[in-house]
Amino acid sequence: MQPLRIALAQMAPRLGVLADNLERHHGTLAEARAGGAGLVVFPELGLTGYQLQDLAAEVAMKADDPRLIELAAASAGMSAVVSFVEASSDHRLFISAALLEEGEVRFVHRKLFLPTYGLFDERRFFAAGDRLRAVGSRTGVRLGIAVCEDFWHLAVPETLALDGAQILINVSSSPGRDLAAIHEVGLGTAASWRTLMRTYAQLTTSFVVFCNRVGLDETVSFWGGSEVIGPGGEPVFTAPLFDEGLYFVDIELGDVRRERIGLPLLRDERPELHLRELRRILAERTEMAIDEASEPPNVRPARPTGAVSTPDAPEKD
Amino acid sequence: MAGSAAPEPGGTGDTAGPLFELPPELAIDTGVARRVMVGFIRNQLAQAGFNRALLGLSGGIDSALVAFLAAEAVGPENVLCVLMPYRTSSTESVEHARLVVDRLGCPSDLVDISSIVDGYFGRNGEAGAGGATAGDASQLRRGNFMARARMCVLYDRSVPWGGLVVGTGNKTESLIGYSTLFGDSASAFNPIGDLYKSQVRQVAAAVGVPEEIIRKAPSADLWPGQTDEVEAGFTYPELDRLLFWMIDKRRTDEELLAMGFPGAAIARVKRLVAVSEFKRQVPPVAKLGPRTTGVDYLYPRRRPGSARP
Repeated sequence: MQPLRIALAQMAPRLGVLADNLERHHGTLAEARAGGAGLVVFPELGLTGYQLQDLAAEVAMKADDPRLIELAAASAGMSAVVSFVEASSDHRLFISAALLEEGEVRFVHRKLFLPTYGLFDERRFFAAGDRLRAVGSRTGVRLGIAVCEDFWHLAVPETLALDGAQILINVSSSPGRDLAAIHEVGLGTAASWRTLMRTYAQLTTSFVVFCNRVGLDETVSFWGGSEVIGPGGEPVFTAPLFDEGLYFVDIELGDVRRERIGLPLLRDERPELHLRELRRILAERTEMAIDEASEPPNVRPARPTGAVSTPDAPEKD
Repeated sequence: MAGSAAPEPGGTGDTAGPLFELPPELAIDTGVARRVMVGFIRNQLAQAGFNRALLGLSGGIDSALVAFLAAEAVGPENVLCVLMPYRTSSTESVEHARLVVDRLGCPSDLVDISSIVDGYFGRNGEAGAGGATAGDASQLRRGNFMARARMCVLYDRSVPWGGLVVGTGNKTESLIGYSTLFGDSASAFNPIGDLYKSQVRQVAAAVGVPEEIIRKAPSADLWPGQTDEVEAGFTYPELDRLLFWMIDKRRTDEELLAMGFPGAAIARVKRLVAVSEFKRQVPPVAKLGPRTTGVDYLYPRRRPGSARP
């Protein structure tokens, strides 16, 4: 028996008002502790709000900022995932999610993928992280922490699971859009996220914890709908759309063992194969940078034989 | 409110057929839409430090829907509906506006703009403030002036009322430029600006806007007998479908043709959209200094400290 009570803080941060949001976090942590939570998850940029633009630099904190340490102290006896704008010592700004445990900032994940298309403009204001790893936790299992868009890239949940995570945590500020009657719950965004999260849970045979914010920043409404999904891909809990709340969800970590014994997908993963093929693809991509369609065939540079894709071609390692 | 996901082309009226025509691809979940728009109104007001709103209530479906949504967001007692007829406005417009006011129980104000407009263009052979030639002004000039006079009245009324002006323009008219710059398009925020007209009708039916308002032919009512669809040369369902596939779904001309849209309609709508681009953007500022608003000085409107004290 390894029960764990998760508290999902589906909150609406105040844009750019760090002090208020810190206070809200303290209140929520107290409420979560009173409710017996072992793991409390706050949404992406829950400490600052999302559409910051040039405010980002003004609300940024170093990972050892005393205000974060205070939050860590307030989460003693629990694991808490909080998200903030992180300033590095070389003055880059990151969208980060920190794991707070035993009064300290135990681990920081910097958002890897910064959407800069459609309604998003993150790369203009933020630097992308370049480290992806699971982290041991007081829950007794390793956690895989990612931020929003990170989970729109298959390699992220896969890598975290291969690194030993049994609970994948995605903290999000997902703007609701594509309102069409044909979508599940009427919202294209929600339909896409649910499909992704359930698929990842099933393929990694891990719990997936999705905490999405609510409220509005400027023109966009964040849709909430936070979820906990079991290692078989079935939702254990789905929070309401748009409603603020602290939602408690009990899970049984033993479900991971049962699922992985019955369905040993992770055992059968072949990371060495993946790595070998990735190396080949990267090598070939260098060649692909030449736009062959615009070059007459007789002036095309000769391709190295290693890149010719016949089954018998020697592997380039 | 039942968040019905089914396209709901209206409670089929007893005699008059469906309330409106809704192209299936435009059908939205009215429950979700209503939730988002009501939350948006509440949030925009609260973040600016207000709890009151006002809007120009024309008697048409767009402003009727916004009145319903605003009343739901902050309570009918906090929504001032301003009726601003001109002497040639249809009497039905005022009647329908009154119907909305009565249904919601909102406070209302009637401001006849005739003297403002006539004071500029002149009347009965007498020149107005605009000079002798203003009397020859086209219907278009007069219509634009009326829309801007209404804007002036609304912004003036917003001060004693202590509320923000809520926009009532829809996505269809914005995209084809069927609006008056700094006139009906002026507002503090607009909850329905991303809804096509067909979707406005769908949500209006769901929130209980009176049937006669949903059913009547949309009109800017800037001159007698004017209707949107005659002016545009399209029906709204046709126009909305074309805009949806062209803009939201990024279909090319060839793809639109293959879907059955007439080439002339595609060309015309593309031109309307392009030529009205300026109406949808804030005026450009010549870049001179190190940081220029809207270019490389980018703050959320609702930054900390931006609310009225």
